[in-house]
Amino acid sequence: MRRLLFGLDARGVLFLVVVLAAAVLVPVSNLALPPSSPLHLPSHWVPLIGKYLCYALLALAVDLIWGYCGILSLGHGAFFALGGYAMGMYLMRQIGSRGVYGNAMLPDFMVFLNWKELPFYWYGFDYFAYAVLMVMLVPGLLAFVFGWFAFRSRVTGVYLSIITQALTFALMLGFFRNNFGFGGNNGLTDFKDILGFNIQAPTTRAALFSISALALAFGYLLCRWLVTSKFGMVLVAVRDEEPRARFLGYRVENYKLVAFVVSAVLAGIAGALYVPQVGIINPSEFSPANSIEIIVWVAVGGRGTLVGAALGAVAVNYAKTYFTTGMLAPYWLFALGGLFILVTLLFPKGIVGTLSDWFRRERAPGNGAASAPVAKPAE
Amino acid sequence: MALAQAPHSLLYLDGVTVSFDGFKALNSLSLVVEAGEMRAIIGPNGAGKTTMMDVITGKTRPDEGDVLFSGVVDLTKLDETEIATLGIGRKFQKPTVFEHHTVLDNLRLALAGDRRAITAPFWRESERERTRIEEILSTVRLGEHRGRLAGGLSHGQKQWLEIGMLLAQEPRLLLVDEPAAGMTDAETRQTAELLKEIQRDRTVIVVEHDMSFVRELGVRVTVLHEGSVLAEGSLDQVSADERVIEVYLGR
Repeated sequence: MRRLLFGLDARGVLFLVVVLAAAVLVPVSNLALPPSSPLHLPSHWVPLIGKYLCYALLALAVDLIWGYCGILSLGHGAFFALGGYAMGMYLMRQIGSRGVYGNAMLPDFMVFLNWKELPFYWYGFDYFAYAVLMVMLVPGLLAFVFGWFAFRSRVTGVYLSIITQALTFALMLGFFRNNFGFGGNNGLTDFKDILGFNIQAPTTRAALFSISALALAFGYLLCRWLVTSKFGMVLVAVRDEEPRARFLGYRVENYKLVAFVVSAVLAGIAGALYVPQVGIINPSEFSPANSIEIIVWVAVGGRGTLVGAALGAVAVNYAKTYFTTGMLAPYWLFALGGLFILVTLLFPKGIVGTLSDWFRRERAPGNGAASAPVAKPAE
Repeated sequence: MALAQAPHSLLYLDGVTVSFDGFKALNSLSLVVEAGEMRAIIGPNGAGKTTMMDVITGKTRPDEGDVLFSGVVDLTKLDETEIATLGIGRKFQKPTVFEHHTVLDNLRLALAGDRRAITAPFWRESERERTRIEEILSTVRLGEHRGRLAGGLSHGQKQWLEIGMLLAQEPRLLLVDEPAAGMTDAETRQTAELLKEIQRDRTVIVVEHDMSFVRELGVRVTVLHEGSVLAEGSLDQVSADERVIEVYLGR
């Protein structure tokens, strides 16, 4: 604990201050200030920024493995979506008899499909604690099994990226099927309440927002603690010279596995906080394009900086909201693609990496050439 | 098989054959290295020097033959990590250090100790580890560069850092692939001194192209050719050998 707090750099402190301030100020501004006040935050912004924070946590998770260990997962959206589905299942069970068909035993989509009883894998989701456990356990377990085989077989680089992509694609196809038992292409929606609180109520939304901000802060501290420890030193060693790390006697696959599982669990938590705020989870969350977008966020913000990943997620998604609600909407994907190319070519270290290099040069004039990069540019 | 002699040797290779797509990189290679010895391995390109190192360190599995460490451990059954843990260190031909870590962190990573992923987040440097690293820093003459990123070191400094990392591993056997490659004459001389210093308490195998460097080391030489041992003895003996001259000067 001492190492963690004293090991925080200025960037990290600033990040935590901003996130924790948002956790307090956003709800206060939305709930306590009258709408006439210039400092009042309109209600639709609360879940929107909350969503950005969930994406930021997801980006942190990806940066932990990509930025520090060189594992380019193009399927991390799968862990996010699984966490989201676990939470969605709990929210579905909370609807009870208030669904369209008024069936207290079965969710609407099951009644529609003429199912007579609840599939066994829905058991337990009436309980919040069980759902929370599953939010972490399901992505963690999948990551463990997947990583166990992939890292032991020494699948690396592009091949690993391709199979992570295949993983999320396969899950997407599965979840699209009605007989899979997760609502098919409609997914899970029409949520009513969470822990007895109306999910639409401004106070609930404000609480969900604050919890998302706290989760992001916690995720940051956890990742920071890991990457500044010897564990993180080994991760970077594996990223840069995997054979050397092996010949030094490190079980490279175990290091990758631990990082991958931690990352998947964080992604799952992000997904679970995302679902009650956006009110829906459907199989499109598994789509390969979503997972690739996460990589763009991290690359834009600055790979291997943690803060950059979170910042990139918020910045790119804010831009996305801005773009897709105006007349520029049809051009969003071009803008995103263009952004990725520009950043890769001009600022390979992303926003935070470039800025911190710049500051270092300002502080120590004439010493700029000696400062080697913190992270390798995106591959 | 001459297993009777094996228990006394640190490294024992007998009848080791490795083939890649029908090409025999090692052809029934036999080699014995005693504990505390320094051995130079020379040979033209493609003689099998690097493949031999790959076999000893677990990167390549031989098709046939025995590879025994300290007489009892069968290295062909183990992988790189297990072999490294046994006490066999390897220096690559191209200096491979962790470029984004400082000199100090490179040595910390190499230092013998707990390698488990699950305990690594809680690791803290002990006083004993700190002193050991200081010793190594002065041995490899990198004390004043401790805080620099390894990526910013000169070629020769990287080679020494890598040798320092090997020392930190506390290996019983050290495999060194072309340590003098790309070095200036002065650096080459210093490297030879460094290796001799290291050999005082451990066994070293040096693969080298540079004959003057081998002469500087002044140790027993094994000449490899087409995957087997062609000659063995002092450098003067093997350089007088007809077959060695033929291999080196062409037919």
